[in-house]
Amino acid sequence: MEKFGFAILKERHIDYDANDKSIAEYIADREPTFRLCIECGCCSATCTTGTFTRFSLRELQIYLKRGENEYVRENIRKCMLCGKCILVCPRGVNTRNVITLAKQELQKTEKNAV
Amino acid sequence: MPEMKNTVVIVGGGAAGMEAAGQLARSGYYVTLIEKETNTGGHVKDWYHLFPNSRDSAEVIEYLEKQIKHDNILLITGTAVENFEKTNEAFIVKTDDGKERPADAIIMATGFDLFKSERKEEYGYGIYDNVITSADLESMFRRNSIKRVNGEIPEKIGFVHCVGSRDEKVGNLYCSKLCCVTAVKQAMEVRKHLDNAKIFCFYMDMRMGGALYEELYRESQEKYRINYIRGKVSEVSENINNKLVVKVEDTLAGRPLKMELDMLVLMAGMEMSDGGSKVAHATGLLTGENRFFAPADHHFGSNRSNIKGVFYAGTCTAPLNVTETISHARAAVSDVVDYLRNGIK
Repeated sequence: MEKFGFAILKERHIDYDANDKSIAEYIADREPTFRLCIECGCCSATCTTGTFTRFSLRELQIYLKRGENEYVRENIRKCMLCGKCILVCPRGVNTRNVITLAKQELQKTEKNAV
Repeated sequence: MPEMKNTVVIVGGGAAGMEAAGQLARSGYYVTLIEKETNTGGHVKDWYHLFPNSRDSAEVIEYLEKQIKHDNILLITGTAVENFEKTNEAFIVKTDDGKERPADAIIMATGFDLFKSERKEEYGYGIYDNVITSADLESMFRRNSIKRVNGEIPEKIGFVHCVGSRDEKVGNLYCSKLCCVTAVKQAMEVRKHLDNAKIFCFYMDMRMGGALYEELYRESQEKYRINYIRGKVSEVSENINNKLVVKVEDTLAGRPLKMELDMLVLMAGMEMSDGGSKVAHATGLLTGENRFFAPADHHFGSNRSNIKGVFYAGTCTAPLNVTETISHARAAVSDVVDYLRNGIK
């Protein structure tokens, strides 16, 4: 049957208070430079993955901080851990370690975790 | 030092007026310093600690008070200047007590007024109890008591940048320049008082263009764990739990965001003072599109006005910080001395 697209749309708000910020806290505790990001976008501009896909490390860090963890889970695997982003960051954020820590923490809540 | 017979009337006894008065008096001129409030010190005396180094504002006041302790200075408080008239090369300055005071030159140091945050009704100042201004927060620091109206300690506190600045809706297109760094300073200060508080700054741009401002911003992230969310708060409401709910777009995530807060601080911008505007209207001193006094030249005449013999010092020309205000006042003195000695406008 033809679908007309009528549906109850999910609210687009970032519900900050309801979201789980524990992954961001886990990262900030172990890699304090995570707090220093000023969202300049240098990392995304130099990122090879970002050149070929919609991956943006700048955006990923924002979503982490807001507790939008499912978005992070879906996208973080695109990172190849090459580390070019670390070289260009004007605030000295250890971006590769941020990604590594995020992966570690996300793995704990992976649906098919062993 | 040769005795100078010239008298300079300085309108306004804040940081600019006090500094200029002291400098002129020590150069041998007579000064009539007229302040509309009962105390000198202007806005500086209302602040707690000053950026960028957390110095107690009382130290600056102490310095300024020392500046104006001079036999050549006649201090008149509780009196506002309403008008002045030029006759030949001298002025008659008229005050609201009906008196007329002679002057060979005038320095306008009428300063600024804080933007009245009630005008941004959507932020709820004067409507919701726990929406306060940056000035209110300073007095809370001074009293060492950061509390909600019901006495509770706030756990989540937001700061709204650009309240009354960069906003066509209130007729202020300009940036007040100091609110960003004040928010950073105040956020850090709140953290020093309340170690467990979660603090969020809602900003459009972080304008950290001053000595040590950027370093302070970085320190606020690194040591004080202040969170920055890019987006201008569009509206504030209060929910059934007596919490403030802010609506903002997280422009870096590209999505709207909502958050509950215990307290919201509005970073009130700077506007031309009411007193300055009245004198401008009465005397024909020119003002700019931003309503502050318009300097004769932006690059080398920021202390001169369109009336020969009338000069500007401090924030009556534009938003300035304390350091800049004091420098601007000293520069005004240099122009006044030039004018009185050599007739150079």
